[in-house]
Amino acid sequence: MAKTPIDRSGTPLVEMRDISIAFGGIKAVDHVSLDLYPGEVVGLLGHNGAGKSTLIKCLSGAYKQDSGEVYVNGEHAQIENPRDARDYNIETIYQTLALADNLDAASNLFLGRELTNALGFVDDSAMEAETRRIFQRLNPNFRKFNAPVSALSGGQRQSVAIARAVYFQAKILIMDEPTAALGPQETQMVADLIQELKKQGLGIFLIDHDVHQVKRLCDRAAVMKNGELVGVVNVDDVTTDDLLGMIIAGKKPGVAAA
Amino acid sequence: MADTTTERGSTSRGNIFKTLEIDTRLLGMVGAFVIVCLMFNVLTDGRFLTPRNIFNLTIQTVSVAIMATGMVFVIVTRHIDLSVGSLLATCSAMMAMTQTVWLPQYLGIDLGSPLIAPLAIVVGLLTGAIIGGFQGYLVGYLAIPSFIVTLGGLLVWRNVAWYLTNGQTIGPLDDVFQLLGGIAGTLGTAGSWVVALIAVVAACFAIWSARRSRIAHEFPVKPVWAELLIMVIAAIVILGFVYTLNAYAVPERVLARQFEASGQTMPEGFTQGYGVPFSVLLLIAVAVAMTVTARKTRFGRYIFATGGNPDAAELSGINTKWLTVKVFALMGILCALAATVASARLSFHSNDIGTLDELRVIAAAVIGGTALAGGLGTIYGAILGALIMQSLQSGMAMVGVDAPFQNIVVGAVLVLAVLVDIIYRKKTGAA
Ligand SMILES: Nc1ncnc2c1ncn2[C@@H]1O[C@H](COP(=O)(O)OP(=O)(O)OP(=O)(O)O)[C@@H](O)[C@H]1O
Ligand SMILES: [Mg+2]
Repeated sequence: MAKTPIDRSGTPLVEMRDISIAFGGIKAVDHVSLDLYPGEVVGLLGHNGAGKSTLIKCLSGAYKQDSGEVYVNGEHAQIENPRDARDYNIETIYQTLALADNLDAASNLFLGRELTNALGFVDDSAMEAETRRIFQRLNPNFRKFNAPVSALSGGQRQSVAIARAVYFQAKILIMDEPTAALGPQETQMVADLIQELKKQGLGIFLIDHDVHQVKRLCDRAAVMKNGELVGVVNVDDVTTDDLLGMIIAGKKPGVAAA
Repeated sequence: MADTTTERGSTSRGNIFKTLEIDTRLLGMVGAFVIVCLMFNVLTDGRFLTPRNIFNLTIQTVSVAIMATGMVFVIVTRHIDLSVGSLLATCSAMMAMTQTVWLPQYLGIDLGSPLIAPLAIVVGLLTGAIIGGFQGYLVGYLAIPSFIVTLGGLLVWRNVAWYLTNGQTIGPLDDVFQLLGGIAGTLGTAGSWVVALIAVVAACFAIWSARRSRIAHEFPVKPVWAELLIMVIAAIVILGFVYTLNAYAVPERVLARQFEASGQTMPEGFTQGYGVPFSVLLLIAVAVAMTVTARKTRFGRYIFATGGNPDAAELSGINTKWLTVKVFALMGILCALAATVASARLSFHSNDIGTLDELRVIAAAVIGGTALAGGLGTIYGAILGALIMQSLQSGMAMVGVDAPFQNIVVGAVLVLAVLVDIIYRKKTGAA
């Protein structure tokens, strides 16, 4: 697929500088710096436990990094909790889907940002209507609007999480293995969605174990190993074998870094 | 909140309950309650289902039922509150001391002043809110398990109450305050009918406006006859309940005394019903407010979300720590309301007020379908649970069952109710 080159002359949408976080003795993320530009998809690769989820959780407010700084649009961002991240228009689709199983799709989609009527009461009908509208676009076959999400399949639950990120018009989208639970058709749908959001100028961090998918969808790929950043490369400059080598051996191939 | 009916409106004609969208669990509880009542009615030769006994049963249930509505929120958020009985005692002690000692002695507001009752109640509500909120802070912010915090609270607040009153019984309480106790304050027949009619209109309006809102958004709705049938059932229940309470006549000598006091003679054959007690009105108001909170406010939505998945709630930007403080503070406020009703009913504050109420309250919530795993529970279920517990207790007392054996039965029923609930959930596949 021919990719339009990303203009990286301006200020990056997100800049993570020298992020470190440790759990007990384990350095889950070790002095990692990474940036993201508008309209860009950056893939995050690495073996299990490499620190990918932990790194992006510092951006989404789920964790607070021990050291290092985050800049959004060039400005220093204090992200103490998920509410702060939302204020910066950062939306996250978590690997372990962050849904309340006992609530229905609409309640989950609007969780924390419910629509209310003039009296300040939550407006379930309006939320259900909005949910139906967005699902019309994302997953037209979805019908279970009144069932708790515990009654949904893995893919359907995934679409609730994706719908949430899309509905609230994120500027920065974090997707932690969004297609892990999906069938081929739904995976293609997510791929199409990523392309569409990219065109709208969003910046996307995509964590994925599938190097082919990363090569297809991403502009750059960042590879992590044991909490450290191995390197960041333009995906068009490397082969899938190069990427695999970076993941497994932790060695950067002999090409110009992005 | 989440009715599990599916999208397609083609529910099989055979299943009327499905068309009506009535919660089958609610139906089961109502069924159990009816069976308990009928059984005791037979065993007591018809004394159980007299207006008088129903009246008493109702006012005996109020205090526990008020607290049970708050316990639903506590348990839904995956916590527990073992301190409610003791907290009730502390609130009761504060209110009793306020009206009999502190206001008259330090502020010169004498017994009989119209300010006494409202000021005492405000003091009680503040006490409940502060203590509850403090316990919530320990649970939410300091991450001490609620079981431990409130187990400590069970001991602490019972004995704080003791120190407040030096272990003495405090009474008699203010006359106006006593109006909230039950039989001492009722609406009378005419007033009760007015309230009943307002309630019927409100219920019908609520059902109808919910339907209109669904139609406005082009969602599937129930057939009109189903909506009408539910309205009729609601009306029958409300009117029947008020009719029964109105049918309990004030004893003749009490009436005669009232007429004497106002310098009149009682007309021949004069009768008067008690009608709805103020304490029951309070419970109804609490029930409505708590149901609206659970279903229609962000606060309620966050309570259920946090119970369903605390991590998801936190990641969705909900401040779950502060939510915990609010839930426990609300529980404390409800303890204070229950303390008002309980001490007003006794007409004094006693040291052992509210003893073992924590167990009754938790049992009521659990029998009412609140899942200890969190995320599930209804306000009406908890109130019905309280009513079932109280019916069992009073019924057995009327039949003449020994007190120890009464407790054995109540304990067994609690465990059995939870077992039935587990089996029911497995069968229906509900979460
Ligand atoms: N809350 C936590 N407490 C303790 N250790 C943690 C915690 N979260 C992550 N870790 C550790 O940090 C390291 C990085 O974990 P992380 O979840 O970021 O890996 P990952 O790259 O996302 O892996 P995967 O591909 O399996 O999702 C692991 O060693 C993990 O055990
Ligand atoms: Mg991960």
